[in-house]
Amino acid sequence: MSTFYFIAFLSIFFSILVISAKNPVHSILYLILTFFTFTIQYILMNAQFLAIVNFIVYMGAILVLFLYTLMLINLNKESEPVKPFMVKIAAVFGGGILAVALISSLKSLGVSDPVVLKNPELGLVKNLGKVLFNEFLLPFEVSSVLLLSAMVGAVLLATKDPKEPKATI
Amino acid sequence: MELADIAIKFGLIIIIFLISLVVAMYSTYAERKIAAFFQDRVGPNRAGPFGILQPLADGAKMFMKEEIIPTNATPFLFIVGPSLAILTACIGSAVIPWGQNLVVGGRTIPLQVTDINVGILYIFGVVSLGVYGVMIGGWASNNKYSLLGAIRAASQNISYEISMGLSIIALLMVTGTLSLGEIAQQQHGWHWNVLYQPVGFLLFMICAFAETNRTPFDLPECETELVGGYHTEYSSMKLGFYLFAEYINMFISSAVMATLYWGGYNYPGMDWVTAHTGPAIGPLIGTAVFFAKIFLFIFFFMWVRWTIPRFRYDQLMDLGWKILIPLAIANIVVTGIVITFFS
Repeated sequence: MSTFYFIAFLSIFFSILVISAKNPVHSILYLILTFFTFTIQYILMNAQFLAIVNFIVYMGAILVLFLYTLMLINLNKESEPVKPFMVKIAAVFGGGILAVALISSLKSLGVSDPVVLKNPELGLVKNLGKVLFNEFLLPFEVSSVLLLSAMVGAVLLATKDPKEPKATI
Repeated sequence: MELADIAIKFGLIIIIFLISLVVAMYSTYAERKIAAFFQDRVGPNRAGPFGILQPLADGAKMFMKEEIIPTNATPFLFIVGPSLAILTACIGSAVIPWGQNLVVGGRTIPLQVTDINVGILYIFGVVSLGVYGVMIGGWASNNKYSLLGAIRAASQNISYEISMGLSIIALLMVTGTLSLGEIAQQQHGWHWNVLYQPVGFLLFMICAFAETNRTPFDLPECETELVGGYHTEYSSMKLGFYLFAEYINMFISSAVMATLYWGGYNYPGMDWVTAHTGPAIGPLIGTAVFFAKIFLFIFFFMWVRWTIPRFRYDQLMDLGWKILIPLAIANIVVTGIVITFFS
């Protein structure tokens, strides 16, 4: 249990660094560390497959693409957006109200019962696969259609208009 | 776990670590000798007999050189880059089964550091993490050539990871397990997976070339266009780490290819040999066979490097997205059909 609290502390610590870092590339690097602490949490819960997929997909692929995009952005000091003073005041005010609302709603919550899994080995590949392809087959397959439609949408946005003359390089 | 087991495990880790370093060191020597052979030259022959001490001389040179951190670089990340590259190169060896269980004096010693049941995915994760070393180093150098190299590394890595994953899926359908230890056991004798998955092996090998940034896929460092690519600004042992990480990666990916497709430590007639030499010597012969396979793959890596010229960048992307991925998907479909109807 103490390992859990230590790792949870690290997750929160790094995620605060993500939003407080001045340089966007540093933010992404902290985000990678945050996701790494999530991987450790999954391993502590014996969810091996989820841990390794989180590692491959989030740390290994999505954040690489994030970093890739950020490296191409001009990160000079001059191009930083400067917000007017009134907007900053409004943001602080709005954020404060949101914090109050969250804290009050947290206080009204009762202590939840921890969910005890019927099968503690559920996170292993074999058991997870059986659950996904029997009990949750339909949602699993439908989510793949969702991903496909997102992909088609991205391709559609990225393709050039065929009517436009092709640029010669 | 008792103390003796922990000591054995620790010893095994140290030995594997040392072996990877020594193999990587002598790969640099082998690369230069093989290049010399292909180009009808002599190659390094001054340090020691046949130039056998050349890697040590190179190492000493790397350590002695002046260490430079460019003024406009981000100092911390500039150091993190090569460290991460060598770290990710070294941790891949943890799940590779180096041989059958040794039995010495009634004690069974597994020749695999850990047999986690998602072994292949672990290797895959380590490989995908490897690109961060290159990206962070390239970005932190604050140099346009380095940045271009880093960006090329990222896009190349992501593109080829997809077809690598798809080629592994077809293999998993045949083996039915993700654990490297079990996959090696299943290929007992001559039942090597390459006989059932030749196309999968070919795809995996091409992707392994791309993931280790070897020629013809060494676009990230491409010295004819980008000076030195992501390590343009690096000097001294930090450069050494980048170069060294490439050779360790080559060793690990050769070991993975040998385990997944070429039977690992298995060879025809292994039962007969083990029965005649006993359970302490037999597995070690298997390990020797495994290393012979690894060295063959490393030789193949070098052979390709000195034979095939580098791809142009658009050719690289076309190959990855338009040829390898459709081929990998077709391989999965065909494997599925064959498994459904013929077994």
